[in-house]
Amino acid sequence: MVNGPSYEAASAHYGWRDWLSQRVTAVVMLLYTLLVFAVVVWNGGLDYATWKSLFASHAFKLATFLFMIALAFHAWVGVRNIAMDYVKPTGLRLTLQTIVICVLIAYLGWTVEILWGGI
Amino acid sequence: MAALERPVVKPRPVYLNLLAIRQPLPAIVSFLHRVSGLLLFVLGIPLLLWGTHLSLASPDGFAQFKGVLGQPFSKLILLALAWAYIHHLLAGLRHLALDLHVGVDLAPARRSSAIVLVLSLLLTVIVAARLW
Repeated sequence: MVNGPSYEAASAHYGWRDWLSQRVTAVVMLLYTLLVFAVVVWNGGLDYATWKSLFASHAFKLATFLFMIALAFHAWVGVRNIAMDYVKPTGLRLTLQTIVICVLIAYLGWTVEILWGGI
Repeated sequence: MAALERPVVKPRPVYLNLLAIRQPLPAIVSFLHRVSGLLLFVLGIPLLLWGTHLSLASPDGFAQFKGVLGQPFSKLILLALAWAYIHHLLAGLRHLALDLHVGVDLAPARRSSAIVLVLSLLLTVIVAARLW
């Protein structure tokens, strides 16, 4: 990973930023996971009314949105690292990475639709 | 002090048969961290959004979603995703501990990777017991 022609690509100083963001987003997702787990245990399972009222709460909508943004960033860094390690042809790798970015942005749009689309 | 000699360049292996090399436990956990992460990206996120969308849409949608989850094939998918989430989370916690210089030595690092591997499988078994 360090040797070979791809070395210069690793010197853009984004390594440190991604290292940190990967950990911050992980902690955000961990806290949200514990929150949802606690809500489910507290209610002793979920029926439609409880589920619907949970998502009616403004605070929970924002927490869910935060979770999805953290997830999108986390997934981007992770999948990009896998692509950098295993997909050698540059064109194919860039194509895959572009698709991943587009898919993740679309997922965020879907999240907004679920949370604030009034479905 | 003799004149510095150029180090002998040893022939490097050009092909490594990963299946023939016995991987250390931390390497296995690290590899599974990648596998589980990719699985969560490819299957987990779209199914999470689809399920949330459908189950919130209406009481009918909620019942429909529960019906889908009741099928054996869905349970298998859900179980695989549950393992992926649990393993990824626990292996991630191990990473955070290593970042804080906790358990960096060889013996504790081996032990913690064994704990991650076994605990995630145990918790997955509990999920399976609840699903069936």
